[in-house]
Amino acid sequence: MRIPQCRVQIRILTVFVFTTLCFLFGTPRVANAQDGKALFSANCASCHHPLKDGTGPALKGVDGRVPSQEWLYKWIKNSAALIASGDKYAVNIYNEWNKTAMTAFPNLKNEEIDAIIAYVNSVEPKVASGGGGGDVAQKGADGSGDTWLYALLTIVLLLAAIILSQVNKMLGKNANDKLGLPTKESIPFYRNKVYIALGAILCFIGVGVYLSKGGVNMGRQQGYMPEQPIYYSHKVHAGINKINCQYCHSAAEKSRHAMVPSTNVCMNCHKQINEYTGAEEHPLYTAEGKEVDGTAEIQKLYEYAGWNAEKKDYNRDAEGNVLAKAIPWVKIHNLPDHVYFNHSVHVVSGKVACQQCHGNIEEMDEVKQSEELSMGWCINCHRETNVQFADNHYYSIFEKYHQEIKEGKRENVKVSDIGGLECQKCHY
Amino acid sequence: MSTKKYWRGIEEINPSEEYLAKVNQEFEESSDVPFADVESIENAPTTRRDFLKYLGFTTVAATLAASCEMPVRNALPYAIKPGDVTPGVPLHYASTFVDAGTAIPALVKVRDGRPIKIEGNTDSKLWEGTTDARMQASVLNLYDAARLQHPLVDGAKASWKKVDEKVEAGLSGNVYLVSSTVNSPSGNDIINKFVAASGAKHVQYDAVSYHGALEANQKSFGKRALPMYRFDAAKTIVSIGADFLGTWGSPSLNTRQYSKGRKVSAKNPNMSKHIQFEGVMSLSGMNSDDRVVCRPSEYGAVASALLSALSGGSVNLGSDYLNKAIKAAASSLQAGNGLVICGSNDENIQTVVNAINSKIGAFGTTISTANTNNTKLGNDTDMMAFVEALNGGGVDAVIFHDCNPVYEHPMGEKIAAKLKSTKLTVSLNDRKDETAALCNVVAPTHHFLESWGDAESFSGYVSFIQPTISNLFNTRQWQESIMTWSGTEGTWYDYYQNFWQAKAGGQKAFDKAMQLGLWEAESMTMSGGASGSAEAAVAAIAGMPKAGADAVELVLYEKVGLGHGGPWSNNPWLQEMPDPISKCTWDNYAIMSQTLAKKYGAEWTDLNEVEREKQVVSIQTKNGTIEMPVLVIPGMHDNVVGVALGYGRGEGVGMAANNGKVMTGVKVSQLAKATAAGVSYHAMATIKGAGKTYPLAVTQTHHSYQERPILHEYTLAEFQKDPSHLADKREHELGHYTAANGVNHHGGEHGGEAGHGAEGHGEKHDAHGAAAKHDAHGDDHGHEHKPKKHSDGADYTEDEDWQEAYRDNGTLYHMEQHPNHGLKWGMSIDLSTCTGCSACTIACQAENNVSVVGKERVLKVHDMHWIRIDRYFSGDVDDATSIQTVFQPMLCQHCDNAPCENVCPVNASNHSSEGINQMAYNRCIGTRYCANNCPYKVRRFNWRDFNGADSFVHNLYEDGRRDDINNNVTRMVLNPDVTVRSRGVMEKCSFCVQRLQSAKRDARKEGRVLKDGEAQTACQTACATGAITFGNVNDKTSEIYKIRHQEQKERVFYTLEEIHTLPNINYLSKIRNTDHVEGRADEHGHGEAEHGHGEKEHKQEKTHA
Repeated sequence: MRIPQCRVQIRILTVFVFTTLCFLFGTPRVANAQDGKALFSANCASCHHPLKDGTGPALKGVDGRVPSQEWLYKWIKNSAALIASGDKYAVNIYNEWNKTAMTAFPNLKNEEIDAIIAYVNSVEPKVASGGGGGDVAQKGADGSGDTWLYALLTIVLLLAAIILSQVNKMLGKNANDKLGLPTKESIPFYRNKVYIALGAILCFIGVGVYLSKGGVNMGRQQGYMPEQPIYYSHKVHAGINKINCQYCHSAAEKSRHAMVPSTNVCMNCHKQINEYTGAEEHPLYTAEGKEVDGTAEIQKLYEYAGWNAEKKDYNRDAEGNVLAKAIPWVKIHNLPDHVYFNHSVHVVSGKVACQQCHGNIEEMDEVKQSEELSMGWCINCHRETNVQFADNHYYSIFEKYHQEIKEGKRENVKVSDIGGLECQKCHY
Repeated sequence: MSTKKYWRGIEEINPSEEYLAKVNQEFEESSDVPFADVESIENAPTTRRDFLKYLGFTTVAATLAASCEMPVRNALPYAIKPGDVTPGVPLHYASTFVDAGTAIPALVKVRDGRPIKIEGNTDSKLWEGTTDARMQASVLNLYDAARLQHPLVDGAKASWKKVDEKVEAGLSGNVYLVSSTVNSPSGNDIINKFVAASGAKHVQYDAVSYHGALEANQKSFGKRALPMYRFDAAKTIVSIGADFLGTWGSPSLNTRQYSKGRKVSAKNPNMSKHIQFEGVMSLSGMNSDDRVVCRPSEYGAVASALLSALSGGSVNLGSDYLNKAIKAAASSLQAGNGLVICGSNDENIQTVVNAINSKIGAFGTTISTANTNNTKLGNDTDMMAFVEALNGGGVDAVIFHDCNPVYEHPMGEKIAAKLKSTKLTVSLNDRKDETAALCNVVAPTHHFLESWGDAESFSGYVSFIQPTISNLFNTRQWQESIMTWSGTEGTWYDYYQNFWQAKAGGQKAFDKAMQLGLWEAESMTMSGGASGSAEAAVAAIAGMPKAGADAVELVLYEKVGLGHGGPWSNNPWLQEMPDPISKCTWDNYAIMSQTLAKKYGAEWTDLNEVEREKQVVSIQTKNGTIEMPVLVIPGMHDNVVGVALGYGRGEGVGMAANNGKVMTGVKVSQLAKATAAGVSYHAMATIKGAGKTYPLAVTQTHHSYQERPILHEYTLAEFQKDPSHLADKREHELGHYTAANGVNHHGGEHGGEAGHGAEGHGEKHDAHGAAAKHDAHGDDHGHEHKPKKHSDGADYTEDEDWQEAYRDNGTLYHMEQHPNHGLKWGMSIDLSTCTGCSACTIACQAENNVSVVGKERVLKVHDMHWIRIDRYFSGDVDDATSIQTVFQPMLCQHCDNAPCENVCPVNASNHSSEGINQMAYNRCIGTRYCANNCPYKVRRFNWRDFNGADSFVHNLYEDGRRDDINNNVTRMVLNPDVTVRSRGVMEKCSFCVQRLQSAKRDARKEGRVLKDGEAQTACQTACATGAITFGNVNDKTSEIYKIRHQEQKERVFYTLEEIHTLPNINYLSKIRNTDHVEGRADEHGHGEAEHGHGEKEHKQEKTHA
């Protein structure tokens, strides 16, 4: 039962991989208003807010303020050049904002800029509401009653079978009595050696399976969802606001560790974003169903980062060092010490999407370990995954495989064909 | 039993029953397994109950351990991440390894802020990335728990402010700054400032003095320094008692240059000739082509005689043996490009040596006086003047920088006695060593890996030191201390930066220099010009007292690992490194020849063969008496005994150093004779038996092959005459496995039992009959093989020849066909250039988290080194002049048909498609079958929890001296990419798989082919001689492929090739530039001896089947 499920999962995951790959590596060709939000989150949100001044000015209505649409394109693509050219408006803006240089975005297309502008103009100030609630009850009730139904049915049928057999026995006895035949003294089933033996064997197998499964699963933590020092919602960041995974986990392409971002990375955006405004459309709840105040969680971040929200500056010691502390996140995905796992090779040359191993992270408010992270699970993927054989020049040394592909003897090369199942791929 | 041609210890020559019994048990298991003593179990009254108790306990313990909840682990990110750091990605910084005057450019690998490995800086045109064992081990000293963690004033913890107040108040009157050699330009600059400000006298001395040579050089060519020797340019090297490959001068650079003249191939069958005159066996002597044994007191006479011979004069040393050797050396030197060096500290002898070099025109060809070697600049005259001043009460304040005269100077006791009554005594050393313990202020300096600095160990070649970690403890760089005390404002870094910016020309140039770590001369200038007459020196030598025929001389020498002591005495890696000469670990001892040892009681030598307990002798000289256990070293002069410096350390040096609690913990430096003319390291001695014994942990016959022949050696003449002798011999012995007549053999046709039961290949060969063309050994084996076929039917090309056929057909089993594409790792080790220096052993230890096990465990053969250097002697053990030595680094051979793999019951040891014999620790259950079945004895078992890696916390093995290795600070040296092995698992060389994987990953991520030389093993990068080549043998452009199939194909051989293990490591035969090879008396006999062994191996093969 487990294996097919896995396969389904893998198929679903492949779809995710594909979509996420598009998301990770592709740039949208046609930009529309909906893309504006994503583009804004990815490129602008760390310094700008549509409605509030941050590192840079509030952007709503920006197209009306600036000299021309062309000017806006130039500014966004390379503001430094524009300032250097002596453009008056540009120089004024630059000085007004304490000579804070704006990052250049030479890759943004004009349509994309239009989309961003369309988005920022569409944002309306929120009217404070009385708070949501009401959906809380829905949250826990996801289990279905099917299992119980089946169990009940089994018990009823079992009872019926026992009753029927007893009836049958009685009828037989009565019939024998009538005919004067001797009835064999029936041994109660609990003294029947066949039953006892059968029971013992079943017990043995059952307990054995239970124990060995328990043993095999020892140390595995699928579904592990610890409470974190800050209620950080991946759904809000990666899902709703579509922040690229590698904006925060920036070592995923370089190192064995994907890296938990340092506090100053959080502050890139949260210098501006000091309140959670999505409580209405996406209220936050803990696993226990308690409502979470997003703004209060951001305050917790400020505590760690040493950020004084009022002064809009960091608290510093006498020598000017920022008084920041590391956030003691609870590690969810744990591998034993004897396993070497490297994120970068999976992400860069394997082109594996984050979600393949970490689950639908963009759907999770609190992250839990979605996969087993067992050796069998790793190995299975190495067995089934095709290597990017033709595209990566590294594999050109596997001449025989190339020859076989050329001759049509081979369709693809799996990770296992190039030593992906060997011990020292991961253990050394 | 045939006479052994090559032997690692005397016990192997005529093995006794006890010895054989010992060797049969690789790990001395009986001493370690509970209840191994069956009889005592049977007689024990409570055996059954004990068993039940153990059973109950282990079950409960296992249950408890297993049912524990998973711990909550935290992932702590940086609060503010430094821009250039990516967790998990190492950074490399150029810096410099410094040890007193010695400085070697280094690349330091820093993982997540911790330096964990040191490599040579290959950008240096002079050093070319060379390293040595001490440099490899120096990273461990950074995390040494014995380092002082704060300054001391009057023995109590103090603040730096208090230190400065105390020192500044005391700096008046006669101030001395005593240091080891300082060749740092910026360091000297600040010292000069200090001297100017305080009126101090700066006294430099070397722990092992070169005063005599320096004085002679001053007179001969006007520079008080060693010249730059060019061992690479020398055709003949004559060394008179100078261990230039081990400890003399700049051994690492010497080795690098020396090896260039020793690389020999069929295309270029030429090499330098190295003649060594010496009394004590040294690393250079072991590597020499001709080794001439003489007394240390004869070095002067030898030099004079050599000069006389070169001038056409007479040679009369009163010994035909020496006269002949001198004449031979002279005629070889006269052939041109000669180089003579001498290890003596006597000015007269060094003057004569300079005259010899002048005579043979060495100055300007093999010796350059343009770029002097500044590693040794000490002046014994100054030092003796200081000692006298101290004794006379003429010293008011003294600062010791990077030196420890109380321990290392012959006058140590005198100095110690007077230090207490001196007003201000300051030590800048990193630990509370013998001198620091007597000083009223200790201002500990940084480790070099925490420092800013520079070193100009060769003039014109500056190497920079930059910190790779901020200081671990509350220490202050010595320069900053000196700076403060000289009243100079600012920090040392600013001072240093200004100093170099002024020289380099601005910030950019400074940054560039720091990044490179080097500031080198564009090209090496050769200049000579020694002059001056040696007549007076010759006369002075003639007047030296001569030793009587039976008089015994004591020589104090440095060990390759520990050197003169210093912080190295507390380095567990170096302490456990088997000394290349004695193969002994952890202890000091008196080395002597078997003949001399026998004089004091024949039973000593018997004891040497099997017993760990060695006889102790008392050695008396004019300056004192010491007791030392005796270790017999073949090749020692029969009247010479050697004792090493560097042992017998004070309490504050650390746990691993001999701290007086062990018997060999006596210091010996007081036995040297110090005069204003220089320190002399040899003296006449009387030896008496002390009537007791002491165990020494000698690894020489650990991991024994039990007599299987494993190496090949030729004289240069033989090699020139018939370079392909070895290749032909191999083909002759193994070529007949080639499948003939197109028949595809996979064992079946081999004739089965009949063939294998026979003695040797001959009959077996007949039995399978397939290659009847080739008769038994001895006859012409011919080269016209019948067509050989691959198992897939394709013809073997000429290039693949018989080796491929042997691969397929040399076994009864089906050989897994390697796909012959992709990667296949292979290594080649050149026995001719390997000097046995053991840098690879330490490099491997640092890279692979190899455990230190401690002396007690080494005694039980539980040593863990993944790469050991087997030292083979040949010749007559009673005749020191006949001894020849070969070093063979031995590590896992990564056999393609590995005997260890098919005996593992859990498949923890198996083969990868890249040719690596993989070891999966987490799968290993510790049966040790693999170790048992490994013919090379390279597998190591974790008998104890040496690193605290066990799941049970209180299982950690502790023995006292090695325990600091598990200190929380010291553990920071561990390589996070390599598993720390726990108790009960087998381990062995992995070909540094973590480096291979990392190189492959990088190439794959960049979408390009892995370049040759991108993946390098730790032993390879550490090797100063380039004896180790590693790479992908499937890549026809790779270095390793070229060695095996083109450049060195004549010299290639595989150890125990005939048992069809198909190793992935090949060796290149040892070529010795001499007239005979001791280990191979005559060709025929040798062949026979080998086939004698053949029988044994076949029996083994049979048991396989």
